[in-house]
Amino acid sequence: MPDKRMELSDAVASIESGMTIGIGGWGSRRKPMAIVRELLRSDVKDLTVVSLGGPDVGLLVAAGKVRKLIYGFVTLDSIPLDPLFTAARERGELELQEYDEGMFVTGLRAAANRLSFLPTLAGIGSDVLAANPHLKTIKSPYSDDEYVAVPAITMDVALIHANRSDTAGNIQFLGPDPYFDDLYAMAATRTFVSTEKIVPTENLLDEGSFHTLMLSRMYVTGVIETPKGAHFTTCEPDYGRDELFQKHYVASAKDPAAWDAFTAEFLSGDEDAFHAAVERFHAEQEKSLV
Amino acid sequence: MSNDVTIAEICVAACSDIYRDSGELLAHAVGIIPTIGARLAKLTHSPDIILSDGEAFMMSEPPELGKSAAHGGTIEGWAPFSRIFDIVATGRRQSIMGASQIDQYGNQNISLIGDWKKPKRQLIGVRGAPGNTANHRVDYWIARHSSRLFVESVDMVSGVGNDRAKAAGLKHHHLGVIITNLAVLDYDENGRVKVLSVHPGVDPQEVTDNTGFPLDASNAPETRLPTDAELLLIREVIDPRAVRNREVPVPQPVG
Repeated sequence: MPDKRMELSDAVASIESGMTIGIGGWGSRRKPMAIVRELLRSDVKDLTVVSLGGPDVGLLVAAGKVRKLIYGFVTLDSIPLDPLFTAARERGELELQEYDEGMFVTGLRAAANRLSFLPTLAGIGSDVLAANPHLKTIKSPYSDDEYVAVPAITMDVALIHANRSDTAGNIQFLGPDPYFDDLYAMAATRTFVSTEKIVPTENLLDEGSFHTLMLSRMYVTGVIETPKGAHFTTCEPDYGRDELFQKHYVASAKDPAAWDAFTAEFLSGDEDAFHAAVERFHAEQEKSLV
Repeated sequence: MSNDVTIAEICVAACSDIYRDSGELLAHAVGIIPTIGARLAKLTHSPDIILSDGEAFMMSEPPELGKSAAHGGTIEGWAPFSRIFDIVATGRRQSIMGASQIDQYGNQNISLIGDWKKPKRQLIGVRGAPGNTANHRVDYWIARHSSRLFVESVDMVSGVGNDRAKAAGLKHHHLGVIITNLAVLDYDENGRVKVLSVHPGVDPQEVTDNTGFPLDASNAPETRLPTDAELLLIREVIDPRAVRNREVPVPQPVG
């Protein structure tokens, strides 16, 4: 089997300005944050981002990396809105395709099936169609019904964070919800997976049943071992969301000066520096509680 | 017991009533009062409804409010997000959703305030509202009945209202009721919002005054009170920590 291990920097170096990137996970859950942070450090811009969004979207938008956003929502779950995203949205500076969540998934399924669209009932009668005037409806060839023809959401690169992988890129999701990461990979030309831990293939079933092996290496271009790579979003069962840090992110994002300080403290260095800064943050929080 | 019933408890019982004829389908409830209502329904008149824990599991025995199946409760099925959309498409689900705006035909908005291109306030997006209203029964829960929420026209139709659904020919569209802290609303034969009942202790005029479109509450009957058995379940089994009072903030004694 091929050895697909690589460094974060190598994966991100292959992403070019103007590309369409899909980001797996859901809201503030199992987002490939280490890859997102590496993207923030790169000079890539003009991206089209495809996401059921959380802080991945907020951070990339605030850093000026995003030209267009194809999304179902942007939320931090325990905190309903991401201030970085809402601020950009209210400035009216983003090109947007807003979908109902089910429509979004239908678009991924179309891409994964190499179809230019798939029909769905979701969206009919709503203002999703008015907001996206390029969206078309289609008449059933079998009845009088009218459906939304959701265009395929294809992407150049999909970015995913997983619990485990082997060196060949057989991917394991151990948490209760795999979200749509398998579909992202099937809808993309290339897929990079950051993973909590790379384990020998024969150990893949040590921690979960075969049902957890939801993404085969045939869809995976490269794997990157990034412990805590989803921080501060969830990566169940390895760790939950860092709620304290997420609150700090939100509070900082609401104020330009505080955001500059946040960026300097957490996002100016590499991944090791980020995690060291997070540790300092928690140590200080504990001190202030004493 | 019933002489100290709160508005929150009346709303819980009204939410529970939504599931009376549901049978075996997934009860999806957004918010504290609807969640308590769905659990009350399961423990009383509708034992066959299927509850989700808000994460990836269906539960046959609801755990304590606010805890997922991982913290107790019996898992009877697996429902990650990918399955949820499949369930929505089959119609075997029913939702109580919230709303930021609702108009007189039940068009609901949770996406944004202002113009779509440059909103005054970005809200949470349309989320699943278009798909839910196209596929299965949807009811709404409004913790604060106000004329800012019940408006002449909504800024972005997220959940599809009766006029839009009829014009678009949606076959599975079904708006149930709107439960607020003042009243229970439903729809007349033309699909317009009307008053089904006003909560005990609420002046009907207050309902009209707090609605941004014409709504006559003068002849409406009173919303039913929860039974003693229901109150016992709400207070001692489902919500012993009285989380319900956070959503309808001041417990308002009535009767």
